[in-house]
Amino acid sequence: MGKAIGQAIKRKEDPRLITGQAKYLDDIQLPGMVYAAVLRSPYAHANIKSIDTSEAESQPGVVGVFTGKDFADLNPLPCAWQAGGVNNNANTPRTLEIDKVTFTGAGVAVVVAESRYAAEDALQYIHVDYEVLPTVVDAKKATEPGAPQLHENAPNNICMEWTCGDEAGTDKALGEADVVVKQAIRNQRLLPTPMDSRGAIGIYSPVSEDYTVYMTSQCPHIMRLLMTAFVFGMPESKMRCISPHVGGGFGTKIFLYPEYCMVAAVSKKLGGLPVKWMETRRENYVATSHGRDHVTEFEVAAKSDGTITGLKVETYANLGGILSTIAPGIPTTLYGRMLSGVYKIPNIYCKVYGTYTNTGMVDAYRGAGRPEASYLVERAVDLVAQELGMDPTEVRRKNFIPPEAFPYAPASNILNGLKYDSGNYAGALDKALELIDYKNLRKEQEEARKAGRLMGIGFSSYVEICGVAPSAWVGLNGEGWGAGLWESANVRVHLTGQVVVTTGSQPHGQGHETTMAQIAADLLGMDVADVRVEHSDTLGTPFGYGTYGSRSATVGGTAIYNSVQKIIEKAKKIGAHMLEAAPEDVTFEDGKVFVKGSPDKAKTIQEVALAAAVAYDLPAGTEPFLDDTTYYDPPNCTYPFGTHVCIVEVDKDSGHVQIKRYLAVDDVGKKINPLIVDGQIHGGVVQGVGQALWEGAMYDDNGQLVSGSLMDYALPKAHYLPMIETDSTETPSPVNPMGIKGAGEAGTIASAQAVVNAVVDALAPYGIKHIDMPLTPQKVWEAIHSNGNGGN
Amino acid sequence: MTEITVNVNGKSYTREIEPRMLLVHFIRDVLGLTGTNIGCETSVCGACTILMDGQAVKSCTQLAVQADGSDVTTIEGLASNGDLHPVQEGFWEKHGLQCGYCTPGMIMSGVDLLKNNPNPTEDEIRHGIEGNLCRCTGYHNIVKAIQYAAEKMQGGN
Repeated sequence: MGKAIGQAIKRKEDPRLITGQAKYLDDIQLPGMVYAAVLRSPYAHANIKSIDTSEAESQPGVVGVFTGKDFADLNPLPCAWQAGGVNNNANTPRTLEIDKVTFTGAGVAVVVAESRYAAEDALQYIHVDYEVLPTVVDAKKATEPGAPQLHENAPNNICMEWTCGDEAGTDKALGEADVVVKQAIRNQRLLPTPMDSRGAIGIYSPVSEDYTVYMTSQCPHIMRLLMTAFVFGMPESKMRCISPHVGGGFGTKIFLYPEYCMVAAVSKKLGGLPVKWMETRRENYVATSHGRDHVTEFEVAAKSDGTITGLKVETYANLGGILSTIAPGIPTTLYGRMLSGVYKIPNIYCKVYGTYTNTGMVDAYRGAGRPEASYLVERAVDLVAQELGMDPTEVRRKNFIPPEAFPYAPASNILNGLKYDSGNYAGALDKALELIDYKNLRKEQEEARKAGRLMGIGFSSYVEICGVAPSAWVGLNGEGWGAGLWESANVRVHLTGQVVVTTGSQPHGQGHETTMAQIAADLLGMDVADVRVEHSDTLGTPFGYGTYGSRSATVGGTAIYNSVQKIIEKAKKIGAHMLEAAPEDVTFEDGKVFVKGSPDKAKTIQEVALAAAVAYDLPAGTEPFLDDTTYYDPPNCTYPFGTHVCIVEVDKDSGHVQIKRYLAVDDVGKKINPLIVDGQIHGGVVQGVGQALWEGAMYDDNGQLVSGSLMDYALPKAHYLPMIETDSTETPSPVNPMGIKGAGEAGTIASAQAVVNAVVDALAPYGIKHIDMPLTPQKVWEAIHSNGNGGN
Repeated sequence: MTEITVNVNGKSYTREIEPRMLLVHFIRDVLGLTGTNIGCETSVCGACTILMDGQAVKSCTQLAVQADGSDVTTIEGLASNGDLHPVQEGFWEKHGLQCGYCTPGMIMSGVDLLKNNPNPTEDEIRHGIEGNLCRCTGYHNIVKAIQYAAEKMQGGN
């Protein structure tokens, strides 16, 4: 490789972001624009008997009021990942709900006015007659006899039952084990909270009868496909979708939401006026998808020497009142299939019930299924260690999949035919132990305990599945995803020598404009400054699946790599012609074509690009221009891994947990830009730490979101945290030519259990084995005092 | 409607507005300076932080009329003659931003912090920005960005 890949260069996108020049959705103003405000159900479960909009219509500045009946011709939004046999009972949102609502915050009417203030004012004049129904909010209680029923087509509120692995084999392992540890755990519901909430602008053209929709989306191409083909029932060519600057997504902006359809449909009703809708934080919390929310019981079997022999898991996954776009795929494919973790566990079985409850939609949130899996596995390993009186690192080491076992297929075919690509799990653990000075840490801990202080050391050795995904594996015949998951790239070398790369992926903080430019510049032997990356507009970029699942570099980046390779081949052919040499005699190095052994007489890629563009002297049969488009479908996913270590001190009088140190040793394969990778790890770790210690979406029994604002939901703040120490090992992925594994979710997938394991370790003198997240002072204090010794 | 006069980034604006209009909407929608963002509407996240008469305030919970006669600086007014403010430069150098949405407010808080405490400790920086939320960076590189700016403003490298 050349001189750009692997460099920690500053981001190309930053100048406009640090000067206030970047345009996010709410920054876009168009002539004649009107503003929408959505009336949302205050009830978690209710039938809509009637809606009277007449008083609202006569309010000052109001240009229109619409209800679900006005959009009855639009289909319900599709569920695009029907894993686990939900075909007959998928219940999805409508543009506005018509007959009933199943969670607080469901949209039932919209006011459009000349100003945002006027639209919000008029909402109170819409009168809805609701028949309020009983509610259930817990994923498991929803399946019990007598629970309120949400949907006729889903008896006992069960949306899906899904299994993977070998039940008989796992039961046998449990029966024969020296020790079996059983544990009930909750992986609490989280509010993903991108700082930029959702929004959309719809513009209908009555002349060309087509739509332009600006939206806060991680995947505008998929949005266009779902809106046109599934909701509106029209060809894709009738809609253009654009993501402007998007201020974070963390998964929540993958999905099709009712409001995106609503602004388009309302614009049509208003003769083409541009209609803007921008979510408030309160709306973001009730109406944008949530993450996690599993109620789980597991049993882990082990020999007395710490060898793990089986893992059996039963999970109730809360999917909310209706299904978000890919909700069923998260607690199945992305969770159950990763329950082997970094260990060669010979028997695994997992059963998942996906259930409807009177809560907001639950779908992918950073890590999406994999944090839940790695949390479970790493808690299980620590419980085994505690049961056997072994050091937790010893149990990990004993069970690691060894480097020579790759490619490795987890037992009981839980990965459904795929294999972990490459890994050196002990290598990452060793590095972490050395950096953290483990031996002395345990001594320090002992001294702290003698002095009456509760210090804890927690480990998390993790593997994740990234770079989603081979279409044949993930698609309808495999995991049930209703499409492919390849990615596109177009690379053009213009006649001035400047390169334009377009990608189907969509940056919303990850820095694609820098890393993708580094890939092209490196391979073409050019300056990064000479490569411009374009994205996020269905007009002008080839169809692509977007950004999530840590896939942009592995899948999207490889598409760019492949296009550049094809461009280099063409450049060699044209360059050879220019040098009056045979194509087989020339080589391409450092941005130049030259006859092998004669680098002094060379044609630069810029000279070749000019010759290819003006095209008056090209080899016979050669098309003009250096331009190539690739659609790259990966042969496998990628499997980043690592070990994180967290050191905490627990105040036994208050239950307060303070993180003293946090170390992340990650192996994300080859890094394109280490500065950006480190940033991804820092942010990811803190999202997992947030789950471990502070965050939790709270619904009361009536289905009211009690943690419904940033005053109530405890997001991590700067002064709660230490610096995050990062280091890495590098095990290239054999799946793609650059050896990239992906880095977007690693931090979040690894971190929550490192913190929880540390706290439980700190509390070991009290015989405490587990506390459910978040580990608030109250919960920790109660755990300390619940064993009857008054905390002594 | 009420008439207010506000000096924003060195330029005086006189406008008729509704008395209930929030300062952030005045800045964004009336003056068209959209660099200041809105993240929560409850004075928690700090994305809307601006300088009013030299002090960092959250413009989502100030009325525009409260700014009548004031000097306001927004992110757009921070660089001078094309030269980035050292805090802006620090955010770029140290990768102190990812999606960039909290960044204008975070930078304004950083400017305010360094004005009052030119040589802060890490702990003082963390407390100084506790009124600003970032979901992307884990704050690690934001702290480094402000440290970079402090050093630069002290005449270091």
